[in-house]
Amino acid sequence: MCRLFALTSETPQSPMVALEALDVMREGHDGSGVGLFLRDLAGPFEDIKESPILSGIFTTEGLKRLDTFMMNLGFMTKFKLSIKAPKESIHGVPTRDVYLIRAYEYPSEWEGLSFEELGGKLMRIRLQLREMGQEKEDMIVFSFWPDVIMLKEIGDPLTIGHYLGLDRKDLKARVIMAQGRQNTNYAINLYACHPFFVEGFSTMTNGENTAFVPIKEYLVSRGFPGYTGFQSDSEVFTHILHYTIKKLGLGVDAYKHIITPLQGENLDDHPSTEFLKQLKQTCRRMIIDGPNCVIGCLPDHSVFMAQDRKKLRPGVVGGHPGFYAFSSEICGLDAVIPDRDKSKDFQPMYLDTVIVGPDRQEITICQQTDPLYHQH
Amino acid sequence: MSANRPVIPSTLSIKDMPWQIRWSKEKCTLCGSCTAVCPVHALELGVFRKRVVETSMDIKQTSSNVFKIYHGIRQKTDPQHACVGCGMCTLVCPNDAIIPARSDEADKLIYHQNQGGQPRRRGGRRNVVGSILDQIKFIRISMLTDPALDAGRHEFELRTLLGRILSPEDNLKHLKANGWIPPVREIYPLVIGGMSFGALSPTMWEGLQMGVAYLNEEMKMPVRMCTGEGGCPPRLLRSRFLQYVILQIASGYFGWDEIIHAIPDMKVDPCAVEIKYGQGAKPGDGGLLMWYKVNKLIAAIRGVPTGVSLPSPPTHQTQYSIEEAVAKMTQSMYMAWGFRVPVYPKISASSTSLAVLNNLTRNDYAAGLAIDGEDGGTGAAYNVSMNTMGHPIASNLRDCYLNLVKLGKQNEIPLFAGGGVGKTGNLAANAAALIMLGASGVQTGKYIMQAAAGCLGSESDRCNICNVGLCPKGITSQDPRLYRRLNAEDVAQRVVDVFLSFDTELKKIVAPLGRSTSLPIGMSDALGISDYHASERLSIQYVV
Repeated sequence: MCRLFALTSETPQSPMVALEALDVMREGHDGSGVGLFLRDLAGPFEDIKESPILSGIFTTEGLKRLDTFMMNLGFMTKFKLSIKAPKESIHGVPTRDVYLIRAYEYPSEWEGLSFEELGGKLMRIRLQLREMGQEKEDMIVFSFWPDVIMLKEIGDPLTIGHYLGLDRKDLKARVIMAQGRQNTNYAINLYACHPFFVEGFSTMTNGENTAFVPIKEYLVSRGFPGYTGFQSDSEVFTHILHYTIKKLGLGVDAYKHIITPLQGENLDDHPSTEFLKQLKQTCRRMIIDGPNCVIGCLPDHSVFMAQDRKKLRPGVVGGHPGFYAFSSEICGLDAVIPDRDKSKDFQPMYLDTVIVGPDRQEITICQQTDPLYHQH
Repeated sequence: MSANRPVIPSTLSIKDMPWQIRWSKEKCTLCGSCTAVCPVHALELGVFRKRVVETSMDIKQTSSNVFKIYHGIRQKTDPQHACVGCGMCTLVCPNDAIIPARSDEADKLIYHQNQGGQPRRRGGRRNVVGSILDQIKFIRISMLTDPALDAGRHEFELRTLLGRILSPEDNLKHLKANGWIPPVREIYPLVIGGMSFGALSPTMWEGLQMGVAYLNEEMKMPVRMCTGEGGCPPRLLRSRFLQYVILQIASGYFGWDEIIHAIPDMKVDPCAVEIKYGQGAKPGDGGLLMWYKVNKLIAAIRGVPTGVSLPSPPTHQTQYSIEEAVAKMTQSMYMAWGFRVPVYPKISASSTSLAVLNNLTRNDYAAGLAIDGEDGGTGAAYNVSMNTMGHPIASNLRDCYLNLVKLGKQNEIPLFAGGGVGKTGNLAANAAALIMLGASGVQTGKYIMQAAAGCLGSESDRCNICNVGLCPKGITSQDPRLYRRLNAEDVAQRVVDVFLSFDTELKKIVAPLGRSTSLPIGMSDALGISDYHASERLSIQYVV
């Protein structure tokens, strides 16, 4: 089973903090890969929050193709953070040419576009680059979005962190999600590494999604180009989150009503019973059957954790105002926030969604039996 | 055979008969029970003359012939009285002295079952052994990374939806605007398929209804039963139990006068209305209730004179095309109940199923599609229709489901599959296979008749006389002397047994696949088959 760790902190943190937490939990992952998601960036990215950042891995040839492609679209490089892989490779980590983190200036003709329109265009470019990369195996693209950096690699998380020098000063963020991978069904492929990303939404999961095939078929048939990939059965969690919020206009508290709807008396007694019954019927094809623990991040910088209907996976949230962390295991939490009030740690059960909002002041526990927050 | 006994072309010997009566003189008590019970009068009292040669050890005594008479059973061999193999004689014999046996010779009777130019008609099934559904295995068993669920202890929600489900976006829009949202029923995924009051005896029908009511009200399982085309008893129409009933309307419209007139008095709405366009057992042919079974009660419920055959036309005569029929009939039926009752068509599986389905996807009212495969059963049909017409359910259902996936409407139009579900007794496994191929639920008839009432039919042309109302078990007869053999309470008890055991078996299949909170509709990655071509055709894994 994979191990997950996420933090949200007023003070920018280095990704190494999350990798160290994964390392404490290393009994639970086989070091077959790591995925990092950084948002609300600090350092040099602080002043360019609006600029889209492209994250990915490129060969030298791929980089040339990327430059030509982006130039043709009218994108100008605004800032880049170079991670050069050391010449001496280490066992178990593939040798790469360039780990790219590059912020761009929007093309001038994009001026005046709404954020929605920009987002759609950015996503299409990311998908196009991904397709180009898969064709010649010279580019792997993780995200192309303002204020977001992603990095994925095969190997042991902490070793990779040191290898790539991720403890550098200019790479810090206030929201970090990290996954230590336990390879299961599929051959190791970086596109199968969590966290997954679509239009500002990101999630990572552990456990296997047994309802993967029907959910995938349903998402593909929505006709939205971003619902693609599916190298991992967990990718659908990101897409469902995006669908819930962007396509249905519901809040994150509705997410669990879609993936694990209420049953029986709980449903009948809910204040919004009619609405939830309709939602359960119309979104029936997106019901997951677990066992899964989902940790996700929303465009407003909220971080949340939700469990499957039977709560078959571990997960804990704890911290103090200004710094909270979400972890598969308590030892991960202990490693990062040892000075917290442990009696306030919370392990979400089968009805709970735990949210730490953008202000990072408290843990909000949202039970499925509670009234829904968002207007519907 | 005596020299002067006439031999006509249809004169057959016992050797030519598909079913032969084995009778033991030693065991027989001559009680006459077998001859009395035989539904087709294949047995008669036989008086046999027998010569016994008596010889003496005493050389002085001359040997002599003694002619004796003994009594026993004689099997008739004319086509009208051919043994049907039902085995009722065996059932009633106090000494186990008699049993019908399958001949080791090719059937000769088949060439003579068209006396008077009337081709053979019968009830039953296709009489072909085996089923592709039985070959499907469930291969995706959760092991290390996702623990298998516990069929006995975890919570399960094995429910399905019947009704037109809007897309999530449209549904929210309609909710906000207080617009009309099509009615949707949450039901148990195993539905008792349409068997009419008339095809079935009053005791059988009552037993099924009682069983269904018990399952709903005591066991909290929302099981539904379709009426078939034959109307619905007036008291049921005016009772709360109507909510467990799917009313069927077919091309003969039998019983619909009564139903329409009862609408103002209905305490509850029916579960749904099924418009039958075709039946898997005899696609392209209408219902057929033969005159033997049209007694006063049946005639009253159906609104017809007594003692006449009731062949329904193959199609709805009032409509020009199926597109029009579907659109107009569906809407009229919705209107009849104030748009509160889902209405859906049922068709025979056919290479034209996709065309029907594509029409339905553009009809905002269609509440689903029931597809009935060639292995479906019937109370009466021409032998040729039953044996040769139709399409297997598995690939037809799969094509329809994948077509819906392509259109993104797999959640909007639920597909119900029928025809051969539980054909060889594997009801839960067959149902689960169809659900994972894309069915939202399954319909079953024959299995219920066999398990809940002891129907004798099998895939070896046994019995199959439902059409003439001579059912020796009283399941499909309108003759009180026969249907009193069946106790409605016993049938109800068995219906409950069937559903409870089905429920446990279904859990035993889905739990190891890691599924419990929703029915695994379209979970085709769980399926495997060792027939390569079948795996390709059904888009499931080939496993050897």
